[in-house]
Amino acid sequence: MAEHRLKPITQLGGDAPRRDSFPGLTITERTDTALASLSARQSKPAEFQTAAKVFFGFDLPGPARSASGGDYTAIWTGPEQWFIEAPFATHEDIAPILKRGFGDSASITEQTDGWAGFDLEGERALSVFEILSNLDLGKLPTGGASRTVIEHLGCILVCRVAGRHYTVYGGRSSAASLHHALVTAAKSAL
Amino acid sequence: MIINHPLLGPRDSQEFVYLGDANLIDRPDWAAEGAVDTFHDYLYQRTNPAGLHQELWFHEQGDRSWLVVTRNTLTHEITKVELARDVARSRGRSK
Repeated sequence: MAEHRLKPITQLGGDAPRRDSFPGLTITERTDTALASLSARQSKPAEFQTAAKVFFGFDLPGPARSASGGDYTAIWTGPEQWFIEAPFATHEDIAPILKRGFGDSASITEQTDGWAGFDLEGERALSVFEILSNLDLGKLPTGGASRTVIEHLGCILVCRVAGRHYTVYGGRSSAASLHHALVTAAKSAL
Repeated sequence: MIINHPLLGPRDSQEFVYLGDANLIDRPDWAAEGAVDTFHDYLYQRTNPAGLHQELWFHEQGDRSWLVVTRNTLTHEITKVELARDVARSRGRSK
């Protein structure tokens, strides 16, 4: 068998997660998260509810919310549809792990490398998002989550700690454009 | 323009894409008698009301749900927003 010397790179193409610091804000590339989408199948709502309770141990969140427990965070992305986050180190194969828990009651697709994630942390995060997004983030409580537009890119925005810590997920193929938008807005606002 | 999404609350219309008349929900049965004529009407005939109009909008940059928006074509006032799947089910559709 051929010997492969493959080296993983981050979504921005670096060896290590990119980190940009500004007064009152740090933007960090997110490389330690496995992602999958989870959709309830219409034909088996009862089985899905039971499986979700057993698998996660918490109730799946309603519209514009996320919920966490143990290794997992579930982010509402649409009716009967969620994004599931888990630590990459232990859940690289997140889709089969979920499939074992849900069987035929849900449709699951691996999403890990389809998205580029950035964490924005610091007390000035809101002033940066005022430039980036038309979502009223000041009203989004801790655990709030929403899909919206940032710089013409469809993004998922998760509020980890209200006013202080937010995660933005955008398409992996536009990772550099999204990063550029975040950094430009931070330079302009801070 | 702001569309008051039934699940997510008020959202800017730039997040949405407009499709057209909500009658597109009532797709005729292709196997029925006279299907050619009903499909002709389904495809090409549209009323063009000056007043309340039911139309389909897609929340593309949001939760990707289809909505039936009741909008006044004279004032652009939006009086009602429903999930298209609820409207379709209330009209006897299974999905």
